[in-house]
Amino acid sequence: MTEFTPFVRTDMLEQREPPAGQRGIILWARENLFSGPMNTALSLIGLVVILWLASHMVPWLLHGVWNANSLTECREIITATWGPDATGACWAMVRERWHQYVFGFYPMDLYWRPTLAFVLMLVAIAPILYQSLPRQMMWFTALYPFVCYWLLWGGTIWAPVVVLMGFGLFALVFRLLVSGLGVPVSAGLGLVAAAAWWLLVQTPLSAAIHSVLPVGLRSVDSDQFGGFLLSIVIGVTAIAASLPMGILLALGRKSDMMLVRTLSVGFIEFIRGVPLITLLFTASLLLQYFLPPETNFDIILRVIILVTLFAAAYIAEVIRGGLAALPRGQYEAADALGLDYWQAQRLIIMPQALKISIPGIVSSFIGLFKDTTLVAFVGLQDPLKGITAVVRADINWKGIYWEPYIFAGVIFFLICFGMSRYSMWLERKLKTDHR
Amino acid sequence: MKKSVFLGTLSAAALFAGIAGAGTLEDVKARGVLNCGVNVGLTGFGAPDANGNYQGFDVSLCKALAAAVLGDATKVKYAPTTGETRFTALASGEVDVLIRNSTWTFSRDVDLKFDFVAVNYYDGQGFMVKKDLGVSSAKELDGATVCIQTGTTTELNLADFFKANNMSYTPVNVGDDTEAQRQYLAGACDAYTTDASGLAASRATMPDADNHIILPEIISKEPLGPLVRHGDNVWGDVVRWTYFALVAAEEYGVTSANIEEMASTTTNPEIKRLLGTEGDLGAMLGLDKEWGKRAIAASGNYGEIFEANIGSATPIKLARGLNALWTQGGLQYAPPFR
Repeated sequence: MTEFTPFVRTDMLEQREPPAGQRGIILWARENLFSGPMNTALSLIGLVVILWLASHMVPWLLHGVWNANSLTECREIITATWGPDATGACWAMVRERWHQYVFGFYPMDLYWRPTLAFVLMLVAIAPILYQSLPRQMMWFTALYPFVCYWLLWGGTIWAPVVVLMGFGLFALVFRLLVSGLGVPVSAGLGLVAAAAWWLLVQTPLSAAIHSVLPVGLRSVDSDQFGGFLLSIVIGVTAIAASLPMGILLALGRKSDMMLVRTLSVGFIEFIRGVPLITLLFTASLLLQYFLPPETNFDIILRVIILVTLFAAAYIAEVIRGGLAALPRGQYEAADALGLDYWQAQRLIIMPQALKISIPGIVSSFIGLFKDTTLVAFVGLQDPLKGITAVVRADINWKGIYWEPYIFAGVIFFLICFGMSRYSMWLERKLKTDHR
Repeated sequence: MKKSVFLGTLSAAALFAGIAGAGTLEDVKARGVLNCGVNVGLTGFGAPDANGNYQGFDVSLCKALAAAVLGDATKVKYAPTTGETRFTALASGEVDVLIRNSTWTFSRDVDLKFDFVAVNYYDGQGFMVKKDLGVSSAKELDGATVCIQTGTTTELNLADFFKANNMSYTPVNVGDDTEAQRQYLAGACDAYTTDASGLAASRATMPDADNHIILPEIISKEPLGPLVRHGDNVWGDVVRWTYFALVAAEEYGVTSANIEEMASTTTNPEIKRLLGTEGDLGAMLGLDKEWGKRAIAASGNYGEIFEANIGSATPIKLARGLNALWTQGGLQYAPPFR
């Protein structure tokens, strides 16, 4: 007799992997790329296109030459290394001319100034971007525009200091009058006082102090600005200035006061109805006719002002969208708490409206930053067209085509992608609902 | 009385043209800097180099002018102008003189209220084709596809030329010279047409320059020259005669190398007047005696400037052609200095 030993499992079997066709990349490909005849066909076509593109681009990128003095030399090196029919990128151009793409024609021995201004800019915007940083840093942020102006353009230090005193005057007038006259009137009077200060006192006072205490940097002309220095100066200034302007315009458009509303609507619709190029040509050409001859109204300043106005109109509409999305109850709750208009805006309406508008605001900013390349059409040296034209005018680099675009494009992508990722992070952080 | 009426008319004309006011010469002297409108970047004619210093055939004239008026060839503020902004920049007074390979045409001279004071380069529109196309004359281009920059006079010249010769063509529109070169090399068009100087510069930088030829026909006249605002004749004279000084210097063999020696040893009265060792031509222009000498010393005479920037020693290898002196069969001719 055979004795049967009953089988008793004493331990659990290890969990086994699904069969090869049901896991990992194969499963993913089956589910996502080859789930039906239509999808299979599209996937195969896509694959062929990608392979075709890669077969042209990858050798071109791999054959890239970094050490050469001219395009002809690049071609010779590529022919010598990779055979007569090989093509390759000539990155030597970037190596030789990168400083012009970054700084334009800024004097070479002063490159530390824009570099320092850039680093300080990161410090200045850090407390705005990250709430966890100490709030005292905001004081530096407020001072930064003056520091930056002085670093970039040089000249006497007293000019920005006296401009700053104008803002001090504005704050003083506002503080003294706000309790009696209310926000709009006292802000207006403060502005008048500050404008009078800047127009009448500014120049003689800074000149006077400078003659007593000459502290300054070597001054650099606006026409020496170019490349990404120019793009970032225009872009960052316009971004920083257009947000407050846009908020005011959006509030103006929703205001109950006829005059304010009409002016805001008129401004927004006029600016949005006109292409940016038109405004740039206005800045560069038309203003010269209107102003008295020999008026030296800086071209970069003119461009910044019009780009800011342009951006502000778009931001205003984005924020109006945010305001419209707020439930009516929020406004009524603010009124019920007994807050006045500005308190309600500051404490209840704006924080919510801005949060809703973040994606729109950031895409406006990204668009604005990329639009700074349009200044090439008024003869400024933007990185994409202006500096590239300069590089190509050099007989050594004439005929170079993709490399400058790729170089400028990569830098633009990094900056814009950074902005986009930050806005997504901010959205997640500020998310309070449970959707 | 007559004089004041004349002056009144002049200033009224100046105001109508939106001019910054007559007396550019005084303005430049008071400012101490010459505002010179140049190209944002044109190979050989004007562009900043790797260090940001402007160089080129047109730029050299800016330097000569600054040397003549201000005594220092470096006292120039270069204003890069695009095709769209150049004339407004001059009319509005942003620049004192525009030396930016601009073609002298009737409407620019008369209607836009400018004065072309000289022609520093006689250009003309030509064609470049690949050698294996087997074409040796532009008249054989019937039915060809032609790469052409849009919005330029070259586009109109091309249409005129084919119509006049009863031929047809297919235009391939391109934005700028680099794109044109790219399309042409990629085989998108049989022929590329633009100013002959531009064709030569493009050909010089092609990977297979020997496989391309520039056809002998020149189908248009493109006299390129410096221009100033209409009505400011004193300033116009200064620019014109500074340019003529460079041409005359070549004619008389005065170069930047031998100018000091010439000034002290020459017996030729014309050279003496040109260099300011005899007579006082400078005072008539509102300048000092040695204006001509300084202009020539800045970057050499006309021939030297040509050779250094676009001539046969450079990769562009332009022949003097029409731009040779009149004594050598060209059109460059300076009126007498007396």
